[in-house]
Amino acid sequence: MSSATQETPGAIKAPGGFLVMPSVIVLLAWMIVPLVMTVWFSFQYYNLLAPETAGFAGLDNYEFLVTDPDFWVSLRNTLVLLSSVLVITVVLGTLLAVLFDQPFPGRNIARVLAISPFFIMPTVAALIWKNLMMHPIYGVFGAVAQAFGFEPVDWFAQFPLASVIAIVSWEWLPFALLILLTAVQSLDHEQREAARMDGAGVIAQFVFITLPHLSRAIGVVVMIETIFLLTVFAEIFVTTSGGPGNATTNLAFLIYARALLQFDIGGASAGGVVAIVLANIVAFFLVRSIARRLEV
Amino acid sequence: MATLTLRGLRKSFGTTEVIKGIDLDIAEREFVVFVGPSGCGKSTLLRMIAGLEPITAGELRIDDKRVNEVGPADRGLAMVFQSYALYPHMTVRQNMGFALRLARVPKAERDRKVNEASRILQLDPYLERRPKDLSGGQRQRVAIGRAIVRDPKVFLFDEPLSNLDAALRGQMRIELSRLHEELNATMIYVTHDQIEAMTMAEKIVVLRAGEIEQVGSPLELYHHPINLFVAGFIGSPRMNMLAVKVVATNPSGTEVELASGARLIVPSSGGARVGDAVTLGIRPEALRPDPNGVLQGEVRLVEQLGGLTLLHVAAEGIDDMTVQIEGSNGTRMHQSVRLSVDTSACHLFDSSGLALAHLTRHPLLAA
Ligand SMILES: Nc1ncnc2c1ncn2[C@@H]1O[C@H](COP(=O)(O)OP(=O)(O)OP(=O)(O)O)[C@@H](O)[C@H]1O
Ligand SMILES: [Mg+2]
Repeated sequence: MSSATQETPGAIKAPGGFLVMPSVIVLLAWMIVPLVMTVWFSFQYYNLLAPETAGFAGLDNYEFLVTDPDFWVSLRNTLVLLSSVLVITVVLGTLLAVLFDQPFPGRNIARVLAISPFFIMPTVAALIWKNLMMHPIYGVFGAVAQAFGFEPVDWFAQFPLASVIAIVSWEWLPFALLILLTAVQSLDHEQREAARMDGAGVIAQFVFITLPHLSRAIGVVVMIETIFLLTVFAEIFVTTSGGPGNATTNLAFLIYARALLQFDIGGASAGGVVAIVLANIVAFFLVRSIARRLEV
Repeated sequence: MATLTLRGLRKSFGTTEVIKGIDLDIAEREFVVFVGPSGCGKSTLLRMIAGLEPITAGELRIDDKRVNEVGPADRGLAMVFQSYALYPHMTVRQNMGFALRLARVPKAERDRKVNEASRILQLDPYLERRPKDLSGGQRQRVAIGRAIVRDPKVFLFDEPLSNLDAALRGQMRIELSRLHEELNATMIYVTHDQIEAMTMAEKIVVLRAGEIEQVGSPLELYHHPINLFVAGFIGSPRMNMLAVKVVATNPSGTEVELASGARLIVPSSGGARVGDAVTLGIRPEALRPDPNGVLQGEVRLVEQLGGLTLLHVAAEGIDDMTVQIEGSNGTRMHQSVRLSVDTSACHLFDSSGLALAHLTRHPLLAA
């Protein structure tokens, strides 16, 4: 009797294994094949403009990459873009979430307006900012500057990276706001009243009650935004094309430039592998620290 | 330890008036309980006292100082919420010390006060835990501890025991009474629960639709309710209400005729005249099975609680006259019973619901 019951799970296991095969195969094909091909190409001489130099390259592509000053600049730009946008969206998102939680006339309309940028696709957002807002001649900012008698600023020439950061932050702020607003609203209002009875003013309530309550939601925002911000591309492509010089070239744009402007598939693949490693390092630390917080 | 004075207190949310003029005096060290049906404004009144809800009109004085405009933290009150409202990311010790930390009390003194409170509430083993790792009763004690460390003049409780199971509620009831004794503090307590109100209160305030119906000691309200509402609200099981007619008034009371034609003389007098339709209120324990009883009825349901038994009797035109008798009584369902009435424990209410005054005070209240 007992041996029979012990055998049953083993018997079920084999067909079970077969049944999950299709999804496993699809997943493998989906993920492993491109990954392996990228790694493979990164060890090959593979330039579409120089088909005669083909074959195994060893670490040449990597050497070329790390000795290329553009690479280090793009790495720095990637991280600067990531961290600036994270800080801006989380800080502003938290403040706006707390603000939008208060009752004030026109709150619902204000909420919709604040969240609507999220529905605009990145290329369009970048175009709007480039031509309607930041353009020194046609742009709103230029017009305002001139109205006050200042010289209009040519944003993309003078502060290219900051301009891209502004655009990307504008796109991601609604997301942060949305998540954080729902979190603020889920705060038990008796808790805040208890804090009021305990003598907490507005700032103390924010620091000791609201912020700790929001920590999970902030973690989620940081995690999700990081995944997308490591690969910002359209905004850069549309506005600055990585320039002036390499001022706004991030890793994603560098890979694109290598592969499709210089036709150097091998070099681009090496950049891709670095990007994968970078994303994994960031994800490892981030996911670990946030997962720990989510447990609380 | 403080006196509270409420004068013409009113509260409106928009155009709806929720509290309609409350006048109340609360003495030092008194344990006052607000009771009333759901939605009558008990919580709102408590929150107005706490300062969490602005006062629309009237005056609130604590120790004879007007505090309408004083913020909740500066009124010297502490509140225990129904949901406990503990800070989930802080340990028990941090929860209890939060108010002192905000007041910049030095750490040594803070710890001393927290330890003192935790000793009173037997929370020592849990000081380093988070609220989520505590049982409901322990959380409740932490919430009370958070109030104690602030050394408030007045404690406010909003249905603090309603989330606990019956056994724990009984235990916490005793602990709260003990705490009141030990801390010598004024306490205001909101509840739905008859037993909590009767056992803990020194003074019960019965509210209905934002107005005070009656204020008095538990026994005062039980034995001398001023109207039908209070009579029906205080006491569990509820008082039985019968429509009767006045047939005679004399110095020993008012003689009434029941639906069956039976007559009772209730030792109450007042404006009732012969022929008036009045309401007779009989507490379940004032009825008892008696072969010579004046009432006749059929037992519809027997609820045996062990020590006590409740009979639901169809008699005098009502289906559900509750009779409370000893658990040893063997009366069974569908049996026909005669009931005698202890008329000294009966009440008469005129057509507007006001009680006719008893000729004598209840012996326990005579002094
Ligand atoms: N913020 C508010 N806005 C409008 N009406 C309110 C508000 N708070 C309470 N009320 C109304 O005031 C009345 C009294 O509410 P309150 O919470 O004081 O009742 P309660 O006596 O505590 O009831 P319960 O026993 O169910 O807790 C209710 O009718 C409620 O709908
Ligand atoms: Mg309430």
